Amino acid sequence: MNAVLNSLKPGENASKFASRVAAVLVIGLALSFASDVFFTQANLLNIFRQASLLFLMASGLTLVVLAAGIDLSIGANVALSACLAGSVIKATGSPLEGAVVALACGTAIGVINGVLVALLRMPSFIATYGMMWLINGLTYYYMAGSTIYGFPHGFRQLGSGYLFAIPVPVYLMLLFLGLAALFTSRTIYGQQVYAIGSNPVSARFSGIPIKRRLVLVYALSGLMAGLASLVFLARLNSAEGDIGAPLTLPAIAAVLIGGTSLFGGVGTPFGTLIGALLLTLVLNGLNLLNIDANWQPFVTGAIIIIAVLVDSVSRQRQEARA
Amino acid sequence: MHNVQALPQTRPWTATVGRIPGVAYMMVVIVVLFSSLNRQFLDGANLINIGSQGSILLLLALPMTFVILTEGIDVSAGAVAAASSVALGCVMQAGGHTWLGIVAAIGVGTLFGLFNGTLIAWLRLPPFVVTLGTMGMAQGLALIFSNGQSITDIGTVIPALYGGKVLGIPAPLIFAIVAYALNHLLLYRSRFGIYARAIGGNPEALRFAGVSAKAWLISIYAFAGAMFGIGAILLTARMSTAHPTASLGMEFDAIAAVVVGGTSFEKGNGGLPGTLLGVLTIGMLRNGLNLVGVPSSVQVSCVGVLVLLALLIEGWKTK
Repeated sequence: MNAVLNSLKPGENASKFASRVAAVLVIGLALSFASDVFFTQANLLNIFRQASLLFLMASGLTLVVLAAGIDLSIGANVALSACLAGSVIKATGSPLEGAVVALACGTAIGVINGVLVALLRMPSFIATYGMMWLINGLTYYYMAGSTIYGFPHGFRQLGSGYLFAIPVPVYLMLLFLGLAALFTSRTIYGQQVYAIGSNPVSARFSGIPIKRRLVLVYALSGLMAGLASLVFLARLNSAEGDIGAPLTLPAIAAVLIGGTSLFGGVGTPFGTLIGALLLTLVLNGLNLLNIDANWQPFVTGAIIIIAVLVDSVSRQRQEARA
Repeated sequence: MHNVQALPQTRPWTATVGRIPGVAYMMVVIVVLFSSLNRQFLDGANLINIGSQGSILLLLALPMTFVILTEGIDVSAGAVAAASSVALGCVMQAGGHTWLGIVAAIGVGTLFGLFNGTLIAWLRLPPFVVTLGTMGMAQGLALIFSNGQSITDIGTVIPALYGGKVLGIPAPLIFAIVAYALNHLLLYRSRFGIYARAIGGNPEALRFAGVSAKAWLISIYAFAGAMFGIGAILLTARMSTAHPTASLGMEFDAIAAVVVGGTSFEKGNGGLPGTLLGVLTIGMLRNGLNLVGVPSSVQVSCVGVLVLLALLIEGWKTK
């Protein structure tokens, strides 16, 4: 917990967070006036459940973005990992084996991304974009249009269960928030990731093994996608070839509105948690106000542009001050 | 020193091989592979089919080349084409004139392009994330205005743009030839093209020459949007319906064609002849996979492999 609080650095960062937390509260307040359903226990728990799933995916992506990269393949990664894990669980009846498969698949994809970007020096957006389509095709090939559904009760608790009246994914979110905060602020690896993101040249001259750290960061992003796929699978209780496509934009939006800069070196996992909550609140609000679900991609896209606009403007202001 | 004059004759054969663009090898492999797997592949009718279907991709890939030459990217192409297609469908369904529908489609594309260009050039935001945001917005608008349904009531004039023939030549091939010729003139014989290459290759020189790189960059994205609109018209004509999701993902084929054609994401290297070969490569790959019964949703994996291969070759060359 100390690490989480420490990641809230004084001054500029604190005010940045304050404004985002305030945004969450204002939207929440507005929604509780606009809709009778919003401020019910069921809906609030639902929001937290949704946000924690988004956070699990976005937390790994945060590390990649901190290192000035991007991982556009996470949605596709979640889909393939979920489908593989689902079919293993159906075949063996063992959630543990499914979990191993999902985590291994997610990490393997992450390592490939890392090798493409760090060792083969491809631009991260095009390498992971190519990987996204490659994985999508593999998933379709593997599933051949079929749906896997009906998983053991115990496994489903991971996504839809409660512990002390709080959804299980929320505990996972808090656990991985803590781990990610420890990683970024208390380990040398985390500090090196910030260094790589803010100034790769000076990072190289100070002896940071940039390539290995980049592979690590992409591997962690893949690992988190694998983990998210398990929670996703447990919650949906079914897996299909096309479940990953709508996940990438929200994950990127959560990272960016959480204050992590696309230019690298600035941001925290805690910010991403706020970002995930903010986005989930907005989408939940659209839903409660009976606004056509077709508006959701529009709103997510607009939020991404606004977030990167705010990021860029504040960066230019800082440069002007310096 | 005495053998300096002999040098040109003794160039090792590997150097000659290295000068042949990677896309040529890919094309040979694809032609040999699929013509041996399926006899129909090299039929005249199938080749015309590849050309006709490739014409839509070409309309997206040509402007994508301009964008990538500026060290940019436009991942919103497929979604913008979807919005343009829905705009065309809505006008036709409401009984509007065909020209009005065409103007609406191109107009919607241009507006999205202006939006992208302004954010990228004026506010200096990274192109891939801006166009990713636009992708979501355009996709949303296409779904909202079509209610998520395909619009089938589009009259008979639009479908004839794809199905018709002029002097025995299929209309889409004529569109492709005209579009290629115009884009070629634009890139190699006009200021627009010179500046497009300079923005990626040498932006400093533009600044010293007193050229407003921002205005030109905005116009490049706007031009790309307009071309996506034209591509959407041809796609709508081909399907005889305006569908809000049919063109989603086409941006990947367009980007793939450009990358496979040898245009690099750095320093404004590459050009339209490569993109033309890239479009043919992707078109033959998809057509061949169709003939051997691989569904389209799985074909994207092969396109993905092709893109990563092209990037690898590019990396080796620059090393």
